[in-house]
Amino acid sequence: MPRKVIKEFKVEWFQILDESGNVDRSFWPGSDPITEKEIRAFYEAVVLIRTFDEKALNLQREGRLGTYASVKGQEAVQVGTASALHPSDWVFPAFREPGVSIVRGLPMKMIYQYWSGDERGSAIPEALHDFPIAIPVGTHIPHAVGAAWAAQFKNDPIAVATYFGDGATSKGDFHEGLNFAGVFKLPIVFVCQNNHWAISVPLSRQTASATLAQKAIAYGFEGIQVDGNDLFGVHVTMKRALEKARRGEGPTLIECFTYRLSDHTTADDASRYRSSDEVAAWKSKDPLVRLRTFLEREYRWSEADEAALRKQAQERVAAAVHEFESTPPAEPSAMFDTLFASLPPHLVRQKEILKKRIEQDGSLHVKEKG
Amino acid sequence: MSKLNLVQAINQALRHEMERNPDLVLLGEDIGRDGGVFRVTEGLIERFGERRVVDTPLSESAIVGAAIGMAAYGLTPVVEIQFMGFVYAAMEQLISHAARLRTRTRGRYTCPLVVRAPYGGGIHAPEHHSESTEAFFVHTPGLKVVVPSTPAEAKGLLLSAIRDPDPVLFLEPAKIYRAIKEEVPEGEYVIPLGQARVVLEGKDVTLITWGAMLHPVLKATNRMAEKGVEAEVIDLRTLSPLDSATLLKSVEKTGRAVIVHEAPRTCGLGAEIAAQICEEALLFLQAPVARVAGFDTPIPLPKMEKYYLPDVDQIVEAIEQVMGF
Repeated sequence: MPRKVIKEFKVEWFQILDESGNVDRSFWPGSDPITEKEIRAFYEAVVLIRTFDEKALNLQREGRLGTYASVKGQEAVQVGTASALHPSDWVFPAFREPGVSIVRGLPMKMIYQYWSGDERGSAIPEALHDFPIAIPVGTHIPHAVGAAWAAQFKNDPIAVATYFGDGATSKGDFHEGLNFAGVFKLPIVFVCQNNHWAISVPLSRQTASATLAQKAIAYGFEGIQVDGNDLFGVHVTMKRALEKARRGEGPTLIECFTYRLSDHTTADDASRYRSSDEVAAWKSKDPLVRLRTFLEREYRWSEADEAALRKQAQERVAAAVHEFESTPPAEPSAMFDTLFASLPPHLVRQKEILKKRIEQDGSLHVKEKG
Repeated sequence: MSKLNLVQAINQALRHEMERNPDLVLLGEDIGRDGGVFRVTEGLIERFGERRVVDTPLSESAIVGAAIGMAAYGLTPVVEIQFMGFVYAAMEQLISHAARLRTRTRGRYTCPLVVRAPYGGGIHAPEHHSESTEAFFVHTPGLKVVVPSTPAEAKGLLLSAIRDPDPVLFLEPAKIYRAIKEEVPEGEYVIPLGQARVVLEGKDVTLITWGAMLHPVLKATNRMAEKGVEAEVIDLRTLSPLDSATLLKSVEKTGRAVIVHEAPRTCGLGAEIAAQICEEALLFLQAPVARVAGFDTPIPLPKMEKYYLPDVDQIVEAIEQVMGF
């Protein structure tokens, strides 16, 4: 037969908690159910992230923060995935994952610090195996692959997760990274937050593929599309993928179908390129509202519960802002100190030049507050 | 000690360090079963296995990018990029990540990796196989750049590069891969980074060079010696960080400097060296600093390569020019 089908592929879509807050219990993992305690913790994290994010936007408007990339609308992806990670797992974020970082335990102060333009915000605490934010799109994907490879090399029973958006799937590093992960069967989960917009470029201009999940097929491993505004669906999918990775069964690409409710960053105006109808349609799928509806139905979550939680989140965020704003500024000469393990002579000289400039010019003196 | 060429010396260095450091991993295209297109890694896969000598997909950015992740995780990756002309696909990884990781995390993560690449012209190779663009990397804060000029130097410098806690680009002059044999100390042999080598002492003129160009420079000094000119020859070894002290000390002694490199003249490393001499040693100079360099054109394909690469005559001419000023 000159022509025959030699291989067929399919792409699955997964959802547990629908837009109306109903749970499809047939998908609820029987042996390892999500507990009420976990669900309450998920919602607390979502509210905390939303509060953190709104505060960041306010701080930026007030001139107290630099450019910031809002995560509004993507909280379910971030909490759902990050809550499935073990502390010993490694995480490689892009730049729209404050939610992941908060769930992982990165002090919120540091995220504000970073977006205020202070490198100390990327000085990740030793206890966390998380890389700092990566701004050049998709370029951190190979790093995650390398860490997963190193873990495999050392027989460490961990998994690696890396996050990126739909735009990154057009970059070479995405394809090269996935290819390596497939070839070497690495313990890694690729979390694609398909929020439908890469600044002003819609998904239809990133790819002619019907899904982003299917891109994994070309690299020889599983890709799945999950409703990214369904925290349960995301969590269960992530957990399965991580377990698979830890068992040595290779990588997974999870396409989380979600939406960026805010502008790309505070320097962007999304009304220039997308319709308010589209945004409104996605607002009705807000992952926060969806989870709250579920809590109200299942656990009699009340207005009072909500108010108490919001208050607690605001207090935590306020404390982080206070901590961020009361941190004394760094020594300017710190820009030299960690460039190399030991400073070569020309940099010793340049550091001295900077110190002298600061001594001689009062306007450059380091002030008590940043 | 045995007489080795540069390929064998690098092979010996890799072998030595892989025996010492079980976390040392080699990554690259065709470096395993094939032993590398120049055979630099020959026999290593047989000795250390495919877990540590990895034939990767054809994917420069991911090779370097993955090496960054490996290094941060705690391994010691040594990457081979098949030719320097192919490293550009990994430029973003080198410049935006490898070079910055330590400082942008204020020391929390480090990137002790080595990227080896054959570089330079004179091997009659196809297009894109003869590049000499070291200045891109010297211009990048956070990277170290090393170029050996002889087999023993290659071994000693490579061991230091691999043990260095920061990313090092190790550029191997392909022209002299097999052109020279010399005694290479067996076992442990380390040459510290950041220290230039005074290859020849002299009082009349300082010749500053690195890599394959050292050899025509030495030939030129022989010719000049016949005319009574005593040249001092400095092999930079490490282009970044530059050993300015050794250069300046020599120029202060001789009062004349000729810089020789095969990379394009404009913004080549010679420009930085000339600037440093002008800034720090102007009053010692008895003649303007001279540069012998490649033209500001892409290095031609093999048929015209000889018109591009600096040769002994050009170097002699430049020395005569500064001597007769």
